[in-house]
Amino acid sequence: MKIYTKPGFWLPIVLVALVGLWPIITDNAANREVVSSILVSVVLASSLNILLGYTGYVSFGHIVFFGFGAYTGFYLMSVQGWSIYAAMIMAGLVPAFLAFLLGKAILRLRGAYFALATIGVNEAARAFIKNFEPMGGSVGMQLNFKIYNDYGGAAQALWTTFYLMIAVTLAVIIVSYLVRFSKFGLGLMAIRENEDAAEVMGVVAPDSKTWAYVISAIFPGIVGLLFFFKNATILPGDAFRLHLSIETIVMVMLGGAGTVLGPILGGAGYQRLRGTLLVTPLFRNIQLVVAGVLLLIIILFIPAGIVGWLRDRFPSLRRVLE
Amino acid sequence: MFDILLPSLVDGLMIGFVYGLAAMGLSLIWGVMNVINLAHGPIIALGMFGLYLAFNTLGLNPYLALILVALAGLLLGVLIYYVAVQRVLTAPHLSTLLATFAVNMILIGIGTAIFSVSPYNVDFSMGSMDFGPVRVLWTRVAAALAALIATGLLYAFLFRTRQGKNIRAVANNRVAAELMGIPSSRVLALSFGIGTMLAATAGGLIATFFPFTILAGGGYELRSFVIVVLGGLGNPLGALVGGLILGMLEGVIPVFMQTSWVPVIEFALFVFIIIIRPSGLLGSRV
Repeated sequence: MKIYTKPGFWLPIVLVALVGLWPIITDNAANREVVSSILVSVVLASSLNILLGYTGYVSFGHIVFFGFGAYTGFYLMSVQGWSIYAAMIMAGLVPAFLAFLLGKAILRLRGAYFALATIGVNEAARAFIKNFEPMGGSVGMQLNFKIYNDYGGAAQALWTTFYLMIAVTLAVIIVSYLVRFSKFGLGLMAIRENEDAAEVMGVVAPDSKTWAYVISAIFPGIVGLLFFFKNATILPGDAFRLHLSIETIVMVMLGGAGTVLGPILGGAGYQRLRGTLLVTPLFRNIQLVVAGVLLLIIILFIPAGIVGWLRDRFPSLRRVLE
Repeated sequence: MFDILLPSLVDGLMIGFVYGLAAMGLSLIWGVMNVINLAHGPIIALGMFGLYLAFNTLGLNPYLALILVALAGLLLGVLIYYVAVQRVLTAPHLSTLLATFAVNMILIGIGTAIFSVSPYNVDFSMGSMDFGPVRVLWTRVAAALAALIATGLLYAFLFRTRQGKNIRAVANNRVAAELMGIPSSRVLALSFGIGTMLAATAGGLIATFFPFTILAGGGYELRSFVIVVLGGLGNPLGALVGGLILGMLEGVIPVFMQTSWVPVIEFALFVFIIIIRPSGLLGSRV
């Protein structure tokens, strides 16, 4: 395949691999936690980008898949005694199936109506999990610590989770790249530019949109399971935070919607920025204000995001930054 | 059964008027400029705190203070429009959603820094009166009345004044309105201001009978979304009707099942309506 010779394909992969190797080389658990939170953001942002960036549909409910995947996997592990690997597959497939059903229903809506519907989906899902007893209700679920023994003790299990997280991140980047340069991806971008025109040109818009939605739902589910497996406990409030859905949108916009590299830089950048603001005494109390002002400046002045801006400004970089 | 049902129904309906008022603000902004104002919640919360400050610090009567809150809401809205909305008005939906969300973050951030997230309440009571099994709190009656008056004033403004006609003209067709000599940018700023004014007023009214925190606006913002979709985006009267429906549901559902199921039913209804009839039960208009 020709894409393996392109620098734009290797750049994001090498970036993620380097960041992922850092805690492994330093063998430092604190670094690992920092990098884990970055990887979660990158996965969320990159997967949302397939819908938001390529297709141009704003989803305020991306976290629903994160939460549902986590809950599905957690339930299978703590109640049914599945292994993490089997649970990961289901944590990806169940949200994907949910996205398929949801997509069939709400992707007929366009623009703002779809965005509003996804807010409703988010809230309804949270409330449902809170009340649904087999999944723990409002007290959530806990993992028995003995479960970590299957993975060589708690400390080793955390490292295993970390390796899995790197793998998922690489997978989402490769999928995101493949979609962008496929005929399917071209169809999505045509829908983004003008849905009616795209349909006239032979793009079956409802199907394409639904599949974009399904693909974007797989990865948050898997990474959600890994995230809560690490914490050993899951609560509805943590799994379905509407706020995180919107922060994910901020990440995509910050890096550059519709590019492969953008959401990676945006996710990592936003996560680090938030971390820094939280520990700086001057900004700790007003970190939300700083983040808000930053977002406003991006929206008003560089709506294409960092990568989009660089591509516009330095055309020679277009081969590398994709 | 009826003895339990009737009081909760009446209670729910009265709160419904206030919900309707809050949703009207969202609906107006949507109808005029196609912007979903994600800063709606914090503005409701600021309305609550505005009333709190005017009542506790200045010692004003809450309903007098409400006028101040409304004015402050109007000015804040105009400011938000010029700073955050105007530049992205012609950009795709995503931009206005994110711009107003950035305003949301800024307002919540400032509010949290000043008031922290601990609960406040306005210690004000006008007593109550019993009508058979129904006990009516006068603060709620006053809130419902105030919401009705505000709706009446909004309609009078939109249909009877020059400015109101300008707003409707711009909502209908901005380019044509501009050609007729209407300063559309100023008209849009005014509409945004009126939208936030309604939200702040609703917040002030809610503060007279419920305790609140700076984050409390989020819940009312989501309710406003549900209501606006029920009533049809961009239709103020529909918002009032939607508010009453939602208030009624919130009053009646806890009689039959646990209170925690209320949001599930609300949002299921929301998604259902948005799928089968995206123009809302009453259709959209302005």
